[in-house]
Amino acid sequence: MKILSCPLNGPRNIAEFIYGGQVKEMPDPAQATDKQWAHYVFYEDSHIGIVREWWMHAPSSYWFIAERHNQSDEVLRTYDPSELFGLRESPASASDLKQDSAEVS
Amino acid sequence: MPQASALKPAYDVVIIGGGGHGVATAYYLAKYHGITNVAVLEKAYLGGGNTARNTAVIRSNYLTPQGVRFYSESVKLFERLSNEFDFNIMYSQRGQLTLAHTDATVRAFRQRAEVNKHFGGRTELIDPVDIGELVPTLNLSPAGLPVLAGLWHQDGATARHDAVAWGYAKGATQRGVELHQLTEVTGIEVEAGRVTGVQTNRGRVSAGCVVQAVAGHSAELAQLAGFQIPIVAYPLQAMVTQPVKPFLNPLVSSSALHCYVQQTSRGEIVFGGGSDPYPLYGTRSTLELKESLMASAVEMFPFMSEMRLMRQWAGITDMTSDYSPIMGLSPVENYYLDAGWGTWGFKATPISGVTMAQLIASGGKVPELIAPFSLDRFDAFRQVNEMGATAASH
Repeated sequence: MKILSCPLNGPRNIAEFIYGGQVKEMPDPAQATDKQWAHYVFYEDSHIGIVREWWMHAPSSYWFIAERHNQSDEVLRTYDPSELFGLRESPASASDLKQDSAEVS
Repeated sequence: MPQASALKPAYDVVIIGGGGHGVATAYYLAKYHGITNVAVLEKAYLGGGNTARNTAVIRSNYLTPQGVRFYSESVKLFERLSNEFDFNIMYSQRGQLTLAHTDATVRAFRQRAEVNKHFGGRTELIDPVDIGELVPTLNLSPAGLPVLAGLWHQDGATARHDAVAWGYAKGATQRGVELHQLTEVTGIEVEAGRVTGVQTNRGRVSAGCVVQAVAGHSAELAQLAGFQIPIVAYPLQAMVTQPVKPFLNPLVSSSALHCYVQQTSRGEIVFGGGSDPYPLYGTRSTLELKESLMASAVEMFPFMSEMRLMRQWAGITDMTSDYSPIMGLSPVENYYLDAGWGTWGFKATPISGVTMAQLIASGGKVPELIAPFSLDRFDAFRQVNEMGATAASH
C-alpha cells in the first residue's frame, strides 16, 4: 500500500485520494486567445522530474497540493493550497480584477 | 534479419522507435513507395516497448466515425498480414464481446454498433441469452451487476504482438531498410524550423525527414525537437495466468468492471483494465490494481479463483485528452508525428504504417484517413472524442 500524507488527515492509503491534474496558471478567460486557452486546458508539463499536482482526499473532499517525482513516484511534499493561493484579495472590485488580470497577461 | 552495422552519415528518412508502428512505416515506405534509404533507430530492442506490453486486442468497434474508419482499415490489413509476410503472426479472429451493465451503456453500445456497421464492420447488440451461449463460463451477474446486453464485434481478433513487429522488420530490412537497435536518440537538430538530423548515443546522422514513433515518451521526445504535445503518460497494468485447457474463445470485457479477459492460443488467461489512477513515467505494478483487477476477473469467470498468476507487467501509455492519436505534421518542418497511442496503439499498427508512409512519401501531404488526428485539433477545439477507447469510461 502506498501512503500519501494528507495535510489535513495525515498519512493515508493513496487509494483514498483522487488525482486532479497539474497545478497550472489560468490565463484570464476574458482576455486569453483560443490558443492560449486550449494550451491551458489540454497541455501539461511533460518533462520527467518533480511536478506540482492537485490531489483530493475523497472521504473529506479536501483539495491540496503535492510535489511528486513523476518517474520515481516519490512524493516530496504535500501542503494546503493556501500556501500558493493565499494572496487573493477580497472583496475585490471589478476594476481591481481587470487591472490584476491585465498585469498577469 | 540482416544485422545493421555502422550508422551511415545520412538517411532520407529516420524513424525514431523500433516498435510495431516504426517498422510498419519503414516497411510500407520500402514496399509501396520505393524509399529504402531509411533507418529505424530503436533505443532498446525490436518491439520491446509497448508492442510487447499490450494485450494484443484487434478491433474497430469504436464510437467516432473518424476512429471507426481508421481502425476498420487496420483490421482488414491484419487479416492478411501472415500471408503478406510469409510469417505467421498467429492472427486469430475470435470476436470481441463487451458487456453492458447499465441502460446508459446499452445506449452507447447501440450507437457504436450502428456507426461500426455503417463503416463496414461487423458489430451488433446481443442479449444475455445469446451471451450465455457464446460464453457459457461467464458469470452473467458479476459483482452484482447484471449483464443487460453485449456489444458483439465479430471482427474482433488477437495476434502475436511480437510477431507483428518481427514480420514488418523482416519485410523492411529485406528491402534495404536499416534497423539499428540499442541506438537512442539524444538530440534532434532543427535549423530554421526544419529538422536536419538527430544525435544518438552512436553518433550523429543527417535526415531528410524524421518520424517519431515512440510510445510512453512521446511528449519528452517532442520536447527535444522543441515543441510540446498534449500527452500525459499513465501506466497501464496487465497480467497473465498459468495456461489451462481452451475454454474461452471470444475476447470478453466488462464496461463497468473495467476488465478485459482473453485466453491466448497457449492457454494462458490475459487480463487487464484501465489506466492507473494518476500519471507516472514508470512501469511498476501496484498491489491495489492487481487486487482490483483480479477481483473483477474472478467475478466475470468465478472458476479463475483456482488459477495461479504467472506474470504481471505494465506499459506507459501516452494518453490524449480525447483518446485519439496524434498523427501527421508537427510545428517542425519534415518532422512527422505518430504519437498519443494510449491504449489503442497495437490494433492501429498496420494502418498507421500505411498512412505514415504515405505522409512521408508525399513530402507532408496528410492522408485523409489521419487528417482528423492532427496536432492542431487541440488548438482549434476540434477533438475526436473517442469514448470507445479501452481506458475511457463508458
